[in-house]
Amino acid sequence: MTGAGLRTAPRRRPLRWLPLAPATVLLLLFLGGPICYCVYLALTDMRLTGSSSTSFVGLDNFRRAFGDPDFRNAVVLTLVFTIVSSVIGQNTLGLALAVLMRRASRPVRILTGAVVIAAWVLPEIVAGFLLYAFFRREGTLNAVLDQLGLPAQNWLFTLPILAVSFANVWRGTAFSMLVYSAALDAVPKEVEEAAEVDGASGVRRLWYVTLPVIRRAIGTNLMLNTLQTLSVFGLIWAMTRGGPGNRSQTLPVFMYDQAFLKSLIGYGTAIALLLLLVGAVFATVYLRLLREETR
Amino acid sequence: MRRRLAADAALLAVAAAFAAPLVWLVLASVDREATLRTDVPSPPTGGNFSAVWNEEMTFTPMVNSLLLCGGAAAVTVCCAALAAYPLSRYRSRLVRPYLLTVLFTTCLPITAIMIPVYGLFVQVELIDTRYGTALFLAASELPFAIWLMKNFMDAVPVSLEEAAWTDGASWFRTLTAVVLPLMAPGVGVVTVYCFIMMWGNFFVPFMLLLSPDLMPASVTIFTFFGNYGSVVYGQLAAFSILYSTPVVLLYVIVARRLGGGFALGGAVKG
Repeated sequence: MTGAGLRTAPRRRPLRWLPLAPATVLLLLFLGGPICYCVYLALTDMRLTGSSSTSFVGLDNFRRAFGDPDFRNAVVLTLVFTIVSSVIGQNTLGLALAVLMRRASRPVRILTGAVVIAAWVLPEIVAGFLLYAFFRREGTLNAVLDQLGLPAQNWLFTLPILAVSFANVWRGTAFSMLVYSAALDAVPKEVEEAAEVDGASGVRRLWYVTLPVIRRAIGTNLMLNTLQTLSVFGLIWAMTRGGPGNRSQTLPVFMYDQAFLKSLIGYGTAIALLLLLVGAVFATVYLRLLREETR
Repeated sequence: MRRRLAADAALLAVAAAFAAPLVWLVLASVDREATLRTDVPSPPTGGNFSAVWNEEMTFTPMVNSLLLCGGAAAVTVCCAALAAYPLSRYRSRLVRPYLLTVLFTTCLPITAIMIPVYGLFVQVELIDTRYGTALFLAASELPFAIWLMKNFMDAVPVSLEEAAWTDGASWFRTLTAVVLPLMAPGVGVVTVYCFIMMWGNFFVPFMLLLSPDLMPASVTIFTFFGNYGSVVYGQLAAFSILYSTPVVLLYVIVARRLGGGFALGGAVKG
């Protein structure tokens, strides 16, 4: 938020908020409306098949979800997927790349940046196909392992949740890398130099000096990464369809499966609402942390 | 010097890992008998490209994508620029809750609300219309666009507008004549980011458009999957490259003109 000088802003008070109107109207019509309708649908037993007889069932869908082993499976897989690929993978690898790039030579920096960003810019469906090809039994990963004398695996069958997690790291790391590159550029040179003079090693300097300075970037990045990862659908759908069985069925895939394939609209939207809730919890935690650290 | 070599080696290893899936795409696109295996084709052929290089398979879907995403990105950027101005410039107790709500909205799994949106679109007869779908895409990208735009705008000092205000300029004039030109790179970043995200969006047009001749490239890519499990991988790879080219080019142009890093990082520092 900007500081002083705001008193001189144009005075016609109600009108000055007018520029917010187009965006707000669009958001209310196309996102707010459907969300409210979502809340209503989640309290009904609406189905796509068989017309008319939709009735209000209160919290039944939610009760059912908590008793449903497939739902609990999806919750666990979503947490694994989010923590492995977003919190650990994208975030840590992105930071490592940003730090290494400051020391690397220019051609290596440009090459690495280009490859990592290409993975991010490619449309989601294309990325899904690429990684499907990569992890298949006859795919590149096994070919490389074979060269190294390691046993080949059918990755999409033995470790599907890890395969899609790596896919998400492949696809999402560029964002963290860009955020952290910018954040590191903003760290004052003197701060790092002072620590170097005091004899702090590279890792200690990073941990005790650099990271605290860029903590706001870390918080924002973690939040955006996590929220984006929570709603990843196309990538998993293209790679495994949530399978084999339900072993890579995260919440968005489970929700799609229930609502569109099993035609249980009411149950599917109830799961969607629970997913929104999980997102809200993550966001609140990060915002709370950010606020406490800036105090 | 040793440190530099170590950093170079580590980065090259990561780059190789990231490049591996891309290599398949490139090789398969010039392979007459492409499979999921990464093979060097002998001899390389342009046949896959010429097979998909026609109106039905490539041109129409690409033009559809362009109209859909271009229109939607324009709406998003205009609305986001307008909305960011009061959020960045004026003080009110409502600004923070508004921004937090917007931020929460970015985490909405759009998949989740497609059911009610589909119902809504049928009711108001927006289903199977390009502008209806574009408006929804615009709304779905708007929260993050507002958030980015507001952060870019915060970086423009208010003092520059004070002169305009004293001269009695309206907010609209101040915004368009002073603030936006100063944050032109930021506006470019938001536009390109939105466009890239929409270009890759598969689910929204898949649900809201019905006519085959309105379908964007993200949906028509599925026509390469045969009905009986037979996939023409070479053509699929060739089409994927053609489909990805516009956004990659756009990114490269913007990244070059705005300096490294897309300047995205600066905008999300919080």
